[in-house]
Amino acid sequence: MRFIEEYRKPEIQKRIYKEIQRKSSLLKKNVNLMEVCGTHTMVIGRYGIRKLMPENINLISGPGCPVCVSPENFIDTAIEISKKKDVMITTFGDMMKVPGSFSSLEKEKAIRGNIFVVYSPLDALKIAEENLEKNIIFLSIGFETTAPLIAQTIKIAKEKKIKNFFILCGNKLIPPAMINLLEEKDTNIDGFICPGHVSVIIGTSPYIEITERFNIPCVISGFEPFDIILSIYILLSNLIEEKYEVINEYKRTVKEEGNLKAKKIIEEVFDIVDSEWRGIGIIKNSGLKLKKEFENFDAEKRYEVNIKKYSKNKRNCICGEILKGKKTPFDCSLFEKICNPENPIGPCMVSSEGTCSAYYKYEKK
Amino acid sequence: MCLAIPMKVEKVEKDFAYVSIGNVKRKVNISFVENVKKGDYLIVHAGFAIEKLDKKKAIETLKILKEIK
Ligand code: SF4
Repeated sequence: MRFIEEYRKPEIQKRIYKEIQRKSSLLKKNVNLMEVCGTHTMVIGRYGIRKLMPENINLISGPGCPVCVSPENFIDTAIEISKKKDVMITTFGDMMKVPGSFSSLEKEKAIRGNIFVVYSPLDALKIAEENLEKNIIFLSIGFETTAPLIAQTIKIAKEKKIKNFFILCGNKLIPPAMINLLEEKDTNIDGFICPGHVSVIIGTSPYIEITERFNIPCVISGFEPFDIILSIYILLSNLIEEKYEVINEYKRTVKEEGNLKAKKIIEEVFDIVDSEWRGIGIIKNSGLKLKKEFENFDAEKRYEVNIKKYSKNKRNCICGEILKGKKTPFDCSLFEKICNPENPIGPCMVSSEGTCSAYYKYEKK
Repeated sequence: MCLAIPMKVEKVEKDFAYVSIGNVKRKVNISFVENVKKGDYLIVHAGFAIEKLDKKKAIETLKILKEIK
């Protein structure tokens, strides 16, 4: 793609970086900019962007990794269901190592063998069509980026009258989580780098409420290193001029109105409900649940399992504080020594996009 | 996990497109994107195209980048 190659030219990046330095000297105080999305955290780590920043600009990592915020009881429920007769569990690969209260999917797979990684919910549906004597459960996690795909898969299953396909629904919504962070008294966020691929679906309007209510600028950013440094530059310019608006840096992919077809199908298939985020707790109206007419596909309706409703946090793991941007992995006494990618204690270390895992790989002191 | 990558369309067949990047080839559902044609770039996430890459807008951003002194 020629135009992307063009963006990657080092001169351009150097120029923006110089401008960031110049702008930073005009700031009246230190600023905390939060990258909400885990994929941004990875890019920032891989390209050393955090370390490149002038001293008064602090990049903090937010709650935008769907794996990291899936609560223990989601894993516990999946494991309980996997013990039922004739069940096959299908999941995105990242979920395999996530610790539940007692075990992980990976450990349970070693015992019963009926847990499989798929690339797409459509692959899970295909497995259902090919294994009619089994019930196939898809562990449905992800934000607005993923929800429409799952909704579409459910609709296809309904059209094809497939009766052995179910989802365990743990899908979550990003804007309510951002608002939740800002409502907490002791969070200190001066600007948001908003998740590009969530925004592909939801467009720019959900962030307008945030900018207006909290006087904080939001930039929707792409995933190339230049996208991120350009977004930082835009945030700084807005902070200096005290302009609190939503800017779309990722116009090549994100339309102002979002993806209307995808938004419509989310509304068609799901209701909005309160939802538990690991380490954070219940956030109002931040989750999705299958609508009544699709509840035949709800694994929790098909298999009633008795799991403690709310998870309790793992001792000493400060993922919750990290997901809120209040602390960094360096503040955790377990980081590196006890908790590492081989032996993850908390979810921020499990997922490759988790803040602790990104820090372990790229930000070691 | 919201990783989605631009892949080039090689062939369109009803609700699906055959796309590629480097040596990786996939068949993806295109029901969320209109007017998909050979040569387009689709943003692909977990077996679905979630949007088409807009070349004109990409060039616009490039202009902004160049204007920063
Ligand atoms: S380093 Fe491990 S224990 Fe500490 S906060 Fe991160 S995931 Fe939790």
